[in-house]
Amino acid sequence: MILRATTSQTVGPYFQIGLARFCVDDLTAPGVPGERIEIEGRVLDGDGEPIPDAVIEIWQADAEGRYPPEPDAQEADGDVSNRNRNQSEKLAFRGYGRIPTGSDGTFHFKTIKPGRVSAPDGTRQAPHINISVFMRGLLRRLVTRIYFPDDEANAEDFALKLVEPARRETLIAKQSVKEAGLLEWNVVMQEPNETVFFDV
Amino acid sequence: MAEFHGYRRPHHGTQPDHLHRPYVSSIKRAPSKPLVQLPHTLSEVTGPSFDSSMIDVKACDLTKQQKGEPVGERIIVSGRVVDEDSRPVRHTLIEVWQANAAGRYRHAIDQHNAPLDPNFEGSGHALTDEQGQFRFISIRPGAYPWRNHYNAWRPAHIHFSVFGPAFATRLITQMYFPGDALLPFDPIFNCVADESARNRLISVFDWDTTICEHALGYKFDIVLSGRHSTPWENK
Repeated sequence: MILRATTSQTVGPYFQIGLARFCVDDLTAPGVPGERIEIEGRVLDGDGEPIPDAVIEIWQADAEGRYPPEPDAQEADGDVSNRNRNQSEKLAFRGYGRIPTGSDGTFHFKTIKPGRVSAPDGTRQAPHINISVFMRGLLRRLVTRIYFPDDEANAEDFALKLVEPARRETLIAKQSVKEAGLLEWNVVMQEPNETVFFDV
Repeated sequence: MAEFHGYRRPHHGTQPDHLHRPYVSSIKRAPSKPLVQLPHTLSEVTGPSFDSSMIDVKACDLTKQQKGEPVGERIIVSGRVVDEDSRPVRHTLIEVWQANAAGRYRHAIDQHNAPLDPNFEGSGHALTDEQGQFRFISIRPGAYPWRNHYNAWRPAHIHFSVFGPAFATRLITQMYFPGDALLPFDPIFNCVADESARNRLISVFDWDTTICEHALGYKFDIVLSGRHSTPWENK
């Protein structure tokens, strides 16, 4: 018998109680190779008002374009030296982050620029960070991606090519006017300038 | 290139639309444009993992987080996390949060005029075991008012957050209690048309996990998206 997936429900206004323990806003760690980056932005509602009760989650590859392995995958690996290496890598870079928005709707995190991962059509995807968005008022998670400015790989990216050209820029972070090296990327819930959300 | 299998899309009517007008907060927060269908790539079929070193083993008992016992009806909520093919979802992180017995959350913005309980934090976490099973000890949360419409009350519920094996399987939901008179009036519970889908959000009272002279048992199973049996079927 095929079961049906459980219905999604909103995180509601009080998710900080339950989700605080596994919040991570700095994915870097000493010894993790890769270009350090910082991204900040805001989550904005249909009136352009900041959303103070949203939380975003991050999933991304390492600088070499490898996703951190599952523990099961390591245990299945009989080579002890390989397992040890995998475990130390996992401790160093987990690819996971979770950042609630502040009272002004802002979020900020530090990570490394991910490498390119494979796409189903045999190409390699442009560097990107996978984002889940949850908030009060949202009954079901939204999924989007952050791409990087001036990356030639964006032009041939598997997911970006699915998006109408005029909307692609909502997925690409911009250099912040505040300081060099800081990237800005916003989550805009409704038009105009509505962020592209993916159905996954 | 490694071959892998994508995850199934939800069955019609079992997942809420983002815009659900009776839930007023969705009106300014639901996307206005259609979502872009994304065939699953390596990015969606992999996902974060959490191992036992990150877990506080005492965090599955919400009644033992302070010096004293919290006020309220003690409950044991247990169940399994499985996929749509009934395969156990092993070692996945579950996070829970809830109001206290009086219907008050320990959160700065909850101003409901009901007492906080100094012995109740209202949050817990655990990893599922080899069979996908979990077990939390808590107290039954109270109903509480909210401002969605005149005289609006949320039925008693516990929030559940589950990762599953992949970015594509991430789920946050709410568990309700059988026989709650508020359920027919709650726009969040009633966000999907499929009645059987709604009913799966309601836990089941269970004698087998009820402990004599100690706590009432409720069962709540969580089902995550299953995998396609052939690669790229979801394209």
